[in-house]
Amino acid sequence: MTQFRAFLGTLLTSLRDLLPIILVVGFFQIVVIRQPVPDLGGLLYGTLLVILGLAFFVRGLEQALFPIGESIAYSFARKANLFWLLTFAFALGFGTTIAEPALTAVAAEAAKIAAADGHIAAQQVTMDSYALGLRLTVAVAVGVAIVAGVFRILRGWPIQYFILGGYIGVVIMTAVAPPEIIGIAYDSGGVTTSTVTVPLVTALGVGLASSIQGRNPLIDGFGLIAFASLTPMMFVMAYGMVV
Amino acid sequence: MDFLQHLLSTATSTLSDVLPIAGIILGFQLLVLRQNIPNLKSVLVGFVYVLIGLTLFLVGLEEALFPLGKLMAQQLTDPEFIRSTVDTAGTTLQWDDYKWIYLFAAAIGFSTTIAEPALIAVAIKAHQVSGGAITVWGLRVAVAIGVAFGIALGTFRIITGTPLHYYIISGYIIVLIQTVYAPRSIIALAYDSGGVTTSTVTVPLVAALGLGLASTIPGRSPLLDGFGLIAFASLFPIMSVMGYAQLGEWRLRRLRDAKNDNDPENSD
Repeated sequence: MTQFRAFLGTLLTSLRDLLPIILVVGFFQIVVIRQPVPDLGGLLYGTLLVILGLAFFVRGLEQALFPIGESIAYSFARKANLFWLLTFAFALGFGTTIAEPALTAVAAEAAKIAAADGHIAAQQVTMDSYALGLRLTVAVAVGVAIVAGVFRILRGWPIQYFILGGYIGVVIMTAVAPPEIIGIAYDSGGVTTSTVTVPLVTALGVGLASSIQGRNPLIDGFGLIAFASLTPMMFVMAYGMVV
Repeated sequence: MDFLQHLLSTATSTLSDVLPIAGIILGFQLLVLRQNIPNLKSVLVGFVYVLIGLTLFLVGLEEALFPLGKLMAQQLTDPEFIRSTVDTAGTTLQWDDYKWIYLFAAAIGFSTTIAEPALIAVAIKAHQVSGGAITVWGLRVAVAIGVAFGIALGTFRIITGTPLHYYIISGYIIVLIQTVYAPRSIIALAYDSGGVTTSTVTVPLVAALGLGLASTIPGRSPLLDGFGLIAFASLFPIMSVMGYAQLGEWRLRRLRDAKNDNDPENSD
């Protein structure tokens, strides 16, 4: 019964989270475009699914993703085994990215563009291997980002120097990379941070920072996501220069 | 039948997203850390919740909100429609004739960011860790304002056709200046919020808007200008979150100053 009531509460919160979209869409449809909504029933039904899905997700977040991320961080901090911690960090970054559906879509699109430009041969085999190469590049980039980010948390280095260096790197590489890869590179920074990865990685960072003495979870624990959206841009531009 | 198929294919793709993660965690727990997962049953149920939640969420978005949002983006960017909202018939459209587009861009950027699940997760954690100094809603609204401004400015860029990198480089410079002055505790969180905004809900709708605009305005390439909006949407939240913290600090300082002024024992 209490479980049910808790879920009802989450459901109401999800409804509130979605209310702004409903208001915006309603306002523009009725006041600005002045046309009836096509398929109102389907719209209401879809919205209901979204609300329900969000409620389930938030429950799962608190019950699985947060606790597991933290528990792993604590165990590693207790064991104080740097090698395995960094291996885990790389595996997490690489493993969550290589299977990401959004990345697969972007990579296939990129291969098409490259073939249309005459950059690579317009054969299925070449395009597939180009797309796979791109996916591997992005996955390695995210793995490296999480490793670097975890190492930063352990040392307590200020994040801004890394970001500054990253920005300078992106700007310089934008100037020298082939133009057709730049759009894809910038996009790949955004697609890597999926809805499942973000909570897990955040919990890992915050958990590490809270279990190491002298680290502040707020100052040191965040920043892994920022790293993971910065390195793919550079790695993909480098890929464009090499291939 | 179509719907069931859609549900199934979304569930499969969500599963392929979650399975590697579960595998890595399980492998390290059992082989490297050599310990059982605490509350294993509850965690497994939680993983199932995540699966169900993401599947329903995505199917709902793709069945209902995305088609309508894309249709609206198309209708709003239609030159016929834009002409009907301005009196100056016959003349070519100027950048300030696109008022409804800017408003729609800002509104859709704001509202989709509020519903972004990854941002909810980060906001919950930030709230816990900051001891309540950062509220869940405060952070989400700050990020959403950044996205709203970024996307509105992004549509302005597409309409006027000014080069993307001018905006991005000026944005970087502003971020760097703000980093010097912002409270130290917010910096990492602000950088993170740039990455989480461009996710499940925001990207498809914003991309549709960019695509619609870029394909109706002569001289714009849909391929190049569609992605520009996403870059804006991840840059401006960094500024707005740092601004949010700066505002909080400034208000606190003013409050303290006012208190000291009223308290004769403290004045020196």
